[in-house]
Amino acid sequence: MDPEIKREIIMEHYQNPIHKHHVDDDSYDMVNTANSSCIDNLNIYIKFEGDVIKDIAFEGEACAISISSTSIMIENLIGKTREEALNIIDNFENMINEKDYEEEVLGNAIVYSDIYKQNSRKSCAFLPYRGLREALTNKGLN
Amino acid sequence: MNREDFPMLDEDIIYLDNGATSLKPKCVIDKMIEYYSKYSANAHRGDYDISYKVDSEYEGTREKVAKFLNADSDEIIFTSGATDSLNMIATGFFGPLIEAGDEILITTSEHASNVLPWFRLQNKYGAVVKYIPLDSNYHVTLDNVKKMVTPNTKVIALAQITNVIGDLRPIKEICKFAHENNIFVVVDGAQSVPHQKVDVKDLDCDFLAFSAHKMYGPTGLGILYGKRELLESLEPVNLGGGMNESFDSPSEILLKELPTRLEAGTPPIAGVIAFGQTIDYLNKLGMDKINERELYLRKYLVDKLIKIPYIDIINLEADSGIVSFNVEGIFSQDVAFYLNKYKVCVRAGNHCAKILKNATKVTNSLRVSLAFYNTESEIDTLVELLANKDKILKEML
Ligand SMILES: Cc1ncc(COP(=O)(O)O)c(C=O)c1O
Repeated sequence: MDPEIKREIIMEHYQNPIHKHHVDDDSYDMVNTANSSCIDNLNIYIKFEGDVIKDIAFEGEACAISISSTSIMIENLIGKTREEALNIIDNFENMINEKDYEEEVLGNAIVYSDIYKQNSRKSCAFLPYRGLREALTNKGLN
Repeated sequence: MNREDFPMLDEDIIYLDNGATSLKPKCVIDKMIEYYSKYSANAHRGDYDISYKVDSEYEGTREKVAKFLNADSDEIIFTSGATDSLNMIATGFFGPLIEAGDEILITTSEHASNVLPWFRLQNKYGAVVKYIPLDSNYHVTLDNVKKMVTPNTKVIALAQITNVIGDLRPIKEICKFAHENNIFVVVDGAQSVPHQKVDVKDLDCDFLAFSAHKMYGPTGLGILYGKRELLESLEPVNLGGGMNESFDSPSEILLKELPTRLEAGTPPIAGVIAFGQTIDYLNKLGMDKINERELYLRKYLVDKLIKIPYIDIINLEADSGIVSFNVEGIFSQDVAFYLNKYKVCVRAGNHCAKILKNATKVTNSLRVSLAFYNTESEIDTLVELLANKDKILKEML
């Protein structure tokens, strides 16, 4: 993908992130995900219907990479089963760590395929995925 | 000023994060190499020449530090840093003294190292940590201290200069008032001792803590100053070699005199010896001159930043080289990443002052912390980079 297009997608999701709002609804699970090395701090809300992710929303403060990455993740994961979602998270993790990954499952998230070049940004891009993985494996829910 | 003394300034960077750690002059670096290559032996063990040399250099630094602060040598304890010093004070001195209901006064703009050791006293002994309210500039006033003091107040623990707001607290006045009310005063000097003259007798503080690495000295070394009679009752947190006279059984332990008693184990010898050079260097430059230069640079920066409409300066008023601000609508860390692309080093974050956000309503910010070796032209570069918001947005990723 052309770097300029990648940039535009990231900026679009940073400036107009999808589903960025507070959720006050018991049918959602909440997980907090924060970067200890920096100041990103997000709450992610997930609603399941059986095994399927029905909705995801988030709120909090974070850098452009974390916010956009969360928004793109949400776009990609709604409607997926737990298993599909975990597979996407694994593939995203592989991508940012320069390992083999399936590009097809990642959707727009491939805009971060070069993020490994900026070591300090890797954890920002992965932040929402880390939170979601916790939620999907039922650790750290509150 | 004196840029040629700092090898790091030959690197192609603009270093504006001196509050995190400062650069080191060549004389300090050379002294560490001298120790490691000419008389690399342990301290306080000396039965041979080079070990004797280590002892005299090591104790020489203690005397220099004492003179620098207007203290006596046995009131100067070498620790691993300001954090270590503050923990020793809270745990070793106040731990045994504090009782349930005793009050500890701090502020919300303290560094974590001057908060968490006090929280521990609250959790462990039922003391109560209370916050002196900050005024509209986030400064501490003597009046606000007075308002918070009760018959239960045991200690006031304050940074002399804070690391986000950079405000200079009226420590001398606070000490005078506190002592009239039998209250101890602990001063966190991590951001003040490197940048201005600090005279412990003039301030009349009970304890002072700071780090060598923030004052153009080596990492891994801190100073704990305490009035002698108080240090006498500071219980060593660390027990071990070097600090004991004899021990035959748990009930027969004899400890050494001050200051050795509070320096268990092998200290950061190279650092201590090199720190002596730091003190000589600072004396040569003159702390008043350093302070004057840094305040001038701060004004130079603030006068320019203030003209950029989308920059919010958090601490317009501050008596230090610290300027905290945000670029409206852009997360501080993104701005720091952008500046890094131009090799400008500034800090983004909450700067270890996590409870400050309640007061300032700002959870994080960019912080420029200046040192005397920074220049107008470095500041010009920073301001130019910040003066174009479209460029920041375009290049921050
Ligand atoms: C005000 C203040 N106190 C204490 C510390 C802790 O210093 P150190 O990490 O060197 O122990 C710092 C360091 O950032 C500081 O700015």
